[in-house]
Amino acid sequence: MAVTVSIPTALRQYADGNASIQLANGPVGQLLANLVERHPQLGKQLYNEHGQLRSFVNVYVGDEDIRYLQGVETQVPDGETVSIIPAIAGGNIQTFERSNV
Amino acid sequence: MINTSLSNEEIRRYSRHLILPEFGMAGQRRLKEGSVLLIGTGGLGSPLALYLAAAGVGHIGLVDFDVVDESNLQRQIAHGTSTLGVRKTESAKRRLLDLNPNVEVTTYEEQVTSENAFELMRPYDVIVDGTDNFPTRYLTNDASVMLGKPNVYGSIFRFEGQATVFHPKEGGPCYRCLYPEPPPPGLVPSCAEGGVLGVLPGVIGTIQATEAIKLLAGIGETLIGRLMLYDALSMRFRELKLRRNPDCPVCGDHPTVTELIDYEMFCGITPEPEAFTSYEITPLEVNAWLYRDDPPFLLDVREPNEWEIGHLPGATRISVNELQARMNELDTAREMVVYCRSGARSGRAVDMLRAAGFRKVKNMTGGILRWSDDVDPSIPKY
Repeated sequence: MAVTVSIPTALRQYADGNASIQLANGPVGQLLANLVERHPQLGKQLYNEHGQLRSFVNVYVGDEDIRYLQGVETQVPDGETVSIIPAIAGGNIQTFERSNV
Repeated sequence: MINTSLSNEEIRRYSRHLILPEFGMAGQRRLKEGSVLLIGTGGLGSPLALYLAAAGVGHIGLVDFDVVDESNLQRQIAHGTSTLGVRKTESAKRRLLDLNPNVEVTTYEEQVTSENAFELMRPYDVIVDGTDNFPTRYLTNDASVMLGKPNVYGSIFRFEGQATVFHPKEGGPCYRCLYPEPPPPGLVPSCAEGGVLGVLPGVIGTIQATEAIKLLAGIGETLIGRLMLYDALSMRFRELKLRRNPDCPVCGDHPTVTELIDYEMFCGITPEPEAFTSYEITPLEVNAWLYRDDPPFLLDVREPNEWEIGHLPGATRISVNELQARMNELDTAREMVVYCRSGARSGRAVDMLRAAGFRKVKNMTGGILRWSDDVDPSIPKY
C-alpha cells in the first residue's frame, strides 16, 4: 500500500538528501502532509502562507499534473509515483546570488 | 515553396542528412531557409549553436552581453581558452563560422529587455531559451507567445534538466501554463545549492537543438505538450504531460497580459534597500579589525564544499540553511562579521540574525570574491 514521492534536486536538502520517499497511499494532499510531517523543512518550500501549494511547485501523479486531475484530492493508486517539479532557472550560481539581494 | 538551392560543397557537407529519407534535400533546404535566435550563449547556448551551425541552419542570431570567463569553460564548449575575455557572442561566432562558413551569424551584445524583445525576435523562425534566470525566461516566453513563434525551452540545475517546446499557436502550452508565477528570490533554489555538472547543459542543449532542427525541417514529433526531465545522477529520462491552461494570462482564451511588462519586478527582484548598507563592512576593514585587540567573530555561512575551496583564518562555519536552528551556538554579545561567496547569502544571514536580536552583526561586502581581490589573492575565487 505504498507510493513513491520523488523529490527534486533543489528540495533534497530539506528532505535529508533523499531522492525519493515511500509513503502510504491516499489523496495527494494527505501524502504531502505526511511528507511535511516527516521533513518539516519542506513545508515552507511547498506551501505559501495560506497553506496552499506554491504556484512554482507542480505536483504530478504519474505523468499527469494534479491541476488537471482533482488537485490535492487526487487519489494516488498503489505503486504510483508522485513527482514534485519546481521551476528551475539555470545553472549559474551568480544568478541565484544576484536574485537573492 | 522553398527555392533555396544547395551548392556542390553544401551537398558534400550535408550528405549524411541528404541520404536520410525523412530529411533529404527538402529538409536541408528548409534548414538553410530557416533562422533561429539563441537567447544566451552559455551552457545551453554553446552546444545549441554548434549543432545548429553544423546542421546548416541558414541564419543564427546570438544574444549575450557577457564575456568569456575561465569558470565558463567547464561547460560552455563554444568558447575556448583563446577567447577568454572576449564577448561570448563574438567568441561563439568565430567558432561557428569555422565549423560552417555557409551559416550567417548575427550577434547582439545586449540583454533582452521588454523594449528590444520584439525587434530582436521578429526576424527569426524559432526562439531558443538558453537563459539562466527567471525574468528573462518569462520575458522570452511572453514575447514568443505574442509573436506566435515556437519557444524551445531548456533549463538546468545541478544534475537535473528540463526541456520542452512552447508553441500556443499550434495548440500547445506556454511557460506560464506550466509555472504561472516565479519563485520569490531566495526561496527555491538558494544560491547555496548552485553549481552544475558541466556535461548536463550539453545533454539538455542538444535536446533543444534537436527540437529546433525538427521544427525548421518540419519532421518528426516535437516536445510540444510534453516536459522532458533528465536526471544525470540516476541517468533517467522521464516525460510529463503539459497542457495549455485556458485561463493562462498570456496564451489563454482571454489573455490579460497583452504587452510586455517589467519582468524584474514580476520576479520580485528589487534594488537593495538603503538601510541594509549600514550593516556592511568591507574586506579591508575586516582585515584591519582582525589585527586589533578586539577581533570580531567570523561566521562563514557557505556549504562545506565551498569551505574546502578556501576560508578566512579563524572562521566558524554554519551554512545559512542551518542558521535558524543553530543560532544558540552564537554569542549575541560578541561583535560578528558574516561572509559567504559574494555577500548575498551572508546579507540574508545578517537579516536573520538581526531579526533574532543579534545587534553586533555585520555583512562582509563582496564576500570571499572581494576578499581575494582586496586582501589575500591566495584565497581562490570560484
